[in-house]
Amino acid sequence: MSEINSQVQRVSGTGLPLRGDDIDTDRIIPARFLRCVTFDGLGEYAFVDDRTQLNGEHPFDQAQYQGAKLLVVNRNFGCGSSREHAPQAIARWGIGAIVGESFAEIFFSNCVAIGIPCVTASHEDVLALQGAIEANPSASVSLDLVNLTAAIGDLTITVTMKEGPRQAFLSGMWDSCGQLVSQGEAVQATAGRLPYLAWA
Amino acid sequence: MSQGTLFDKVWDLHTVATLPSGQTQLFVGLHLIHEVTSPQAFAMLRERGLKVPFPQRTVATVDHIVPTQLQQRQRPFIDSLAEDMIVALEQSCQEFGIRFYNIGSGKQGIVHVIAPEQGLTQPGMTIACGDSHTSTHGAFGAISFGIGTSQVRDVLASQTLAMTKPKVRRVEVNGDLRPGVYAKDVVLHIIRKLGVKGGVGYAYEYAGTTFEAMSMEERMTVCNMSIEGGARCGYVNPDPITFDYLQGREFAPKGADWDAAVAWWTSVRSDADAEYDDVVVFDAADIEPTVTWGITPGQGIGVTETIPTVDELDEGDRSIAKEAYDYMQLAPGQAIAGTKVDVCFIGSCTNGRISDLREAAKVAQGRQVVEGITAFVVPGSESVKQAAEAEGLHEIFKAAGFEWREAGCSMCLAMNPDKLQGNQISASSSNRNFKGRQGSASGRTLLMSPAMVAAAAVTGTVTDVRELL
Ligand code: SF4
Repeated sequence: MSEINSQVQRVSGTGLPLRGDDIDTDRIIPARFLRCVTFDGLGEYAFVDDRTQLNGEHPFDQAQYQGAKLLVVNRNFGCGSSREHAPQAIARWGIGAIVGESFAEIFFSNCVAIGIPCVTASHEDVLALQGAIEANPSASVSLDLVNLTAAIGDLTITVTMKEGPRQAFLSGMWDSCGQLVSQGEAVQATAGRLPYLAWA
Repeated sequence: MSQGTLFDKVWDLHTVATLPSGQTQLFVGLHLIHEVTSPQAFAMLRERGLKVPFPQRTVATVDHIVPTQLQQRQRPFIDSLAEDMIVALEQSCQEFGIRFYNIGSGKQGIVHVIAPEQGLTQPGMTIACGDSHTSTHGAFGAISFGIGTSQVRDVLASQTLAMTKPKVRRVEVNGDLRPGVYAKDVVLHIIRKLGVKGGVGYAYEYAGTTFEAMSMEERMTVCNMSIEGGARCGYVNPDPITFDYLQGREFAPKGADWDAAVAWWTSVRSDADAEYDDVVVFDAADIEPTVTWGITPGQGIGVTETIPTVDELDEGDRSIAKEAYDYMQLAPGQAIAGTKVDVCFIGSCTNGRISDLREAAKVAQGRQVVEGITAFVVPGSESVKQAAEAEGLHEIFKAAGFEWREAGCSMCLAMNPDKLQGNQISASSSNRNFKGRQGSASGRTLLMSPAMVAAAAVTGTVTDVRELL
């Protein structure tokens, strides 16, 4: 069985500020692009309707943010559906980590499942980080999951992440599939004490 | 931390192990899959050479991509991408031995409609599905949540999930709902008050006399939209209304098992002295027929109210409100009643059940859809359609000028031929009013109860349904 795990302790690269609260998964990847049986090629459709509307002025299209690795967002990012197509599209566009004020839960756990850390920071710090990237788009942003900081130039902000997922990234065990499968006996034991399995 | 709640009891019973990351490995009692979020999961299984150890605990159907016009349901579908998706699901189910309710089986429908109606959804279970509205099943006192595709893979491969236990908030609503106020209005009201991210980190326990008086279908409507309030799951403690609904359904326990089941289901209810991490209380008398005016489900108001101005909103809600005025082309201060609509959609996993169709039919009966409006009714499942036809509801709708369709998700998210055009505005009984949600990048959605959608169809504008009852 192949495992695709690897430790994620630091992510660095240029940043991409995407301002706005409540950016939902239908905006990240509209439903018509869910008509697929593979995630390949989804990257080019990330935010496609917003981008079309802004006619080249969307940060995902702007020249200064091409090749960016760290996405910086605001409140309740990724709300809406459970579609993993959303983080897959963002990841396949090239993003390796996301800093935001808050994330919708399913989006967050989908990101964990595919190895994209999402960390949160205060409203003021996120705005400062977005501003610093806009002022200097070619500067490298570095996210440090060991010390829980994100830094660009002189600016260093404190970030937070739930301890479980954080340990999963640090130890390289964010892909839980292998661990879950290896518990076969304990799973059978749990199944054995569930009354409803016997009624079926 | 909460203790003695249904959530705690069910969580503990299904806990397999604590993972090195500190997360819980949780057994999944019922796994539901559909064509959109499962093909890649099966591909990952094949890639890793994994098997499905509990194939009988997964049930599949097809709902998102299916056309709702009879002639378009012939295979192969005209849309070759949709055809690829259904073929992928058919093949995977066959390969791994998974039960599949296909089109024409009499049991196909929106996944969150069919599992309860087949009696698959039961109290005390853990339920997962690659779909955020899995929260619906909490109406039975199950712990049910939406998951992503990699987690669908995990459940297929191990029948378990890695989860972090949420906190539990008791959302209490007491009193009788006033006439013309429905379960949909209750949940839109809760989301309006607690916000679209108010539930992040929580499971919602819906309690109080309002929920106790609700039918199972009404409870499903409420639990369905827990996710719109940011909560990953919501539930109602099981009671005799739950048991009555289940009795006699295909997968419900039978004979001696039935008595044992009722006893066990009763035992998983939250204890009277259960501790909650948070409690909020609402009064049913404060709830009006509610309509959303914006681009998040939290942007709702009573039908007699006006669209809030920036000054009336909390600081944190202002920027999204400005975005909403602009996108919706609705002005702050304007009354929501009287807003002209182009399309009226009755259906979805929120409000596509028989009782929803009955309430809408009461309003439609003897009236006519205003000329120029496209109005259509999409039963949530083949069996809802059959039941509605047995009662003659389809005749009422057709006589009033509504189209009567086949089961599926339809215009709730428009991954099928049902889509808004341009900046059309729809009155919709579905659950999301996000930008572009109904298939047009500039399409606009007003969420409301099915009876309110019917009222909009026969008057041409957003109308207080109480005037028509
Ligand atoms: S009806 Fe809408 S919300 Fe429900 S499962 Fe289908 S697409 Fe999702």
